[in-house]
Amino acid sequence: MADPHAHDRLIAALGAGLAPVRRLRPPWLRTLGWLCAVAAIAVVLVGRYGTAPMLERWAGAPDLGWAGLGAVLTAISAAWASFALGVPGRSTAWAWLPLPPTLLWIGASGLGCLRVWVAPATEVASLPQAGDCLFFIVGFSLPLSALLIVLLRRACPLRPVLTAVLVGLASAAASASLLEICHAFDAAATDLLLHALAVALVVGANAALGGRLLSAHVRVGRAG
Amino acid sequence: MPDLTAAGFMVPDACFPLRASIDPAVPAEPASETPERRRAAWMAAAQAGDRRAYERVLADSVTLIRVVARRQGVAHDQLDDVVQETLLTIHRVRHTYDPARSYDAWLAALAARRAIDGLRRSGRQAHREVADELALALHPDETDASAGSEQAQQAQRLRAAIAELPPGQREAVEQLGLKELSLEEAALHTGRSTGALKVNLHRALKALRQRFHGDD
Repeated sequence: MADPHAHDRLIAALGAGLAPVRRLRPPWLRTLGWLCAVAAIAVVLVGRYGTAPMLERWAGAPDLGWAGLGAVLTAISAAWASFALGVPGRSTAWAWLPLPPTLLWIGASGLGCLRVWVAPATEVASLPQAGDCLFFIVGFSLPLSALLIVLLRRACPLRPVLTAVLVGLASAAASASLLEICHAFDAAATDLLLHALAVALVVGANAALGGRLLSAHVRVGRAG
Repeated sequence: MPDLTAAGFMVPDACFPLRASIDPAVPAEPASETPERRRAAWMAAAQAGDRRAYERVLADSVTLIRVVARRQGVAHDQLDDVVQETLLTIHRVRHTYDPARSYDAWLAALAARRAIDGLRRSGRQAHREVADELALALHPDETDASAGSEQAQQAQRLRAAIAELPPGQREAVEQLGLKELSLEEAALHTGRSTGALKVNLHRALKALRQRFHGDD
């Protein structure tokens, strides 16, 4: 571009087309908005199943409680990180935020498999029952992922695939947290394996599809 | 741009030393502010629809964008394209800027992204056209094969002539003319002074001119 006045002309044209814009809300506020949707589903599930079986399970086998806490914290931190990565100039170090709670979630779930006794109010899931867990996690992750991507539509994630992975992790962890309310099975290798498969499916699908959706936003990011 | 130093103005995903100095609130009186805070205040005003502030912050951003693009490895002749693309991106995503945070960090992230896009685009083009490197260099007229071959011969003669120049002159042509390095960069590369490079380039061009005028 040899024309030295090209920038001046473009700046004048952009200035002429300037309209006031509504600023993007801070990541914590948008995280809160998404968590409200998760909480609404949790309220419906608690209304249907009550909290007593869940609390009884956790009291009898604290590792299940720790795994549940890890899943909840993973959902919160991954959602927050995905919203932070949607703001240009924020460090990609945000992507590490969900790592500690994810380790707690996976670690506590894995430790549960080592127990020789079965937690109260549970049984060891058969393969078809564990398959139901997979459908539960994938089924709830779909709308939760879609909601996160809708909430990111005005953002500008400069690393769309990484952001989409965090979206997948957040929604899979939130679904696993919701599953805790009605999950009458003890930690067992088959169940844990299918949980891991469900999370991997959700994260992978988000990376493949969500990444494309979000990178489209980067290319044609909308103002207003 | 006194605050824009190689050490101070980092690309995204690295640390942002500038950010540490940013106060969460943008003061109302920008006259006494640092250039970066002034840009932040202008952008905040632009988000509210202030055209004058917007044009100022965009004009002020051009140099910053060029610095980021150069650091990403964008060639000199592609810099203006990256600047224009980044200005358009700023316009589209200006609502994502948070005045409580560093404007320069926000801008650097956008500029780096556009620079990488530009590099990928030119990389793809080079990959597609690499089968006929000479054609890429010469842009032959597709409708006239003989003109293309004539140009190819001229280019070969020019290359041969450059190869026959004295080492100092050949170096100057290669660094400044072919690689399009700046005088400072070429000086750093060759260990020669910028003055010596200028003199060598001048002599080389004179020698080439004489040779080709004689040939033709």
